[in-house]
Amino acid sequence: MAIETPERVTERSEVRLAPAAPVHVRVSMAQAVYIIWYRDVLRFWRDRTRLFASLAQPLLYLIIFGVGLSSSLAKGSFGGSGVPKSFNYTQFVYPGILGMAVLFTAIFSAMSVVWDREFGFLREILVAPISRSAVALGKALGGATQATFQGMIMLVFAPFVGVHLTVLAVLELVGLLFVLAFSLTCFGVALSARMRTMQGFQVVMNFLMMPMFFLSGALFPLSGLPAWMTVLTRFDPVAYGIAPIRSAVLGAAGLPQGLVDHFSSVTIGNYVVPIWLDIVILLAFGAVMLGIAMRSFRHRD
Amino acid sequence: MRHDLIVTQAASAAMPAAQTASASAITVSGLVKRYGAVTAVAGIDLDVARGEIFGFLGPNGAGKSTTIAILCTLVKATEGRATVAGIDVTRHPDEVRSRIGLVFQDPSLDNQLTARENLTFHAMVYGVARNRRRERINAALAMVDLSDRADAPVMTFSGGMKRRLEVARGILHAPEVLFLDEPTQGLDPQTRARLWDHLRDIRANTGLTIFMTTHYMEEAEWCDRIAIIDQGTIVALGTPEELKSQVGGDVVVVQTDDNARAAGEIADLLGATAVTDGDSLRIEVPNGAAFIPRLITTLSVGVGNVAVRRPSLDDVFLKLTGRAIREGDADARQAVMRAFAARRR
Repeated sequence: MAIETPERVTERSEVRLAPAAPVHVRVSMAQAVYIIWYRDVLRFWRDRTRLFASLAQPLLYLIIFGVGLSSSLAKGSFGGSGVPKSFNYTQFVYPGILGMAVLFTAIFSAMSVVWDREFGFLREILVAPISRSAVALGKALGGATQATFQGMIMLVFAPFVGVHLTVLAVLELVGLLFVLAFSLTCFGVALSARMRTMQGFQVVMNFLMMPMFFLSGALFPLSGLPAWMTVLTRFDPVAYGIAPIRSAVLGAAGLPQGLVDHFSSVTIGNYVVPIWLDIVILLAFGAVMLGIAMRSFRHRD
Repeated sequence: MRHDLIVTQAASAAMPAAQTASASAITVSGLVKRYGAVTAVAGIDLDVARGEIFGFLGPNGAGKSTTIAILCTLVKATEGRATVAGIDVTRHPDEVRSRIGLVFQDPSLDNQLTARENLTFHAMVYGVARNRRRERINAALAMVDLSDRADAPVMTFSGGMKRRLEVARGILHAPEVLFLDEPTQGLDPQTRARLWDHLRDIRANTGLTIFMTTHYMEEAEWCDRIAIIDQGTIVALGTPEELKSQVGGDVVVVQTDDNARAAGEIADLLGATAVTDGDSLRIEVPNGAAFIPRLITTLSVGVGNVAVRRPSLDDVFLKLTGRAIREGDADARQAVMRAFAARRR
């Protein structure tokens, strides 16, 4: 390998005569965010097996759990009297499953930080001359994009559960899915920024992700629950993400507005939390988590 | 097409006087790093000249990785001062980061992406201008003989190719100093030698300073200068030849039926010191050929193999620390874990 071909020698002499020019410039915060985001999305896109495998769980919930439970609940009367016969549990649970797809993907992708820092790309990034806050934000946006995309794929199944979405409803839903996805990814990145081993991931899954999912109202209405559970559900940020999504889906399914609100709104005491406030709560949660994530990333031993 | 990789030199000539004042690529003085009660680095002083290949040699856990992590701004020093490319690592970490390249102990490539994509991300992160990326990536790939594999996914690469790709990545943004942390660990000797050919080529072409850690003695011989580090301090520093000349004359290696007894006899009857290394004894003597007949007639125990050779860095390490370099590995695991934990922060 050390054999010098004449060609190589010429190249070298050329090297020494070469003029100088600056090779690199400072990377702005926005560029850095974009790079991290782009890389995350590219990887997600490359790994299509994972993309489709992660659809399996929400689909199982929707088709088997949803259809099974609809059948066993009194036929056509889910939610009590005054509800149209066409409305069933599958329609109720569908927006919850959208939320679930987003929740799981967001947390999983955020957890990749732990792996990445130990074995991969992130280690390289942390020695690069770019802002670490940008790394945290890029990672959060990358995960949010993946989670939103996963939720969007689930939108394809709307007609199968008797929900016919208009273009406007789809746009609205994509926006809502993204807000939920972003807040949850920020939460995930904040968690994983402090985590040192992949074992912690099991803990996060069993003690945070699953409870957050069950308490979010994805699977059952948040009204008429025992007091202790009512309190817990109101502290679950995912609940404020599911509410507007369900409101949009049920509205598109043609349910009367009164019933849409009845099934989807989060109430605190007698106060019905409006959709705009749901979104504000969710974004505030995401912002606080992002702040924590950025701080953790900046920390140097 | 390699001319870009020389930018470093020319660019440094154009730099303000404050930054070029020092001819040193790296200066370290009184560097200490403590993790709680444990001292990983116990006061290190160093001066690495520009364009030098400097080796940091020692067993795992000796403080090599921690020192490199401090120089790369990944870890903050507890005490002391360090500059890289003339810039203080504690005060201006970002300035330092843009002037260094780093090849990690374990591969940190993205296996799902191609070689070119991996390098493109690196170029983006380091702010290599868009219109120069392609040319620089091609030049870097050519330097490590990977041009023909540019568009293959990294997962199809062998261990040696991955390492070379990481070296290409490390030099892509024309750094002034390239840090390599155990770059040839896990590579077979032939692959290792090839990587070294590339590193020396790169240095010759670019005037890059290379700072590397290793616990392979053979590898340290390739360096211009070596610092031998043990338990957080530098125990010897010099060119490989200088260090080897510290071991007087020849090294005689002998296997006997009872090494302990033989060592006693060598000390008492021959006035030489025998150090145990694995299942053999090593004896430094001024003249090996003359010593062996005396050794064999003197020893009362059965003698197996006897060999005489020129001193190696292994002998230097053994002489300085009383231990062979690999013996420390097991005790050192803990310290290595710490260094890793630190790095993850």
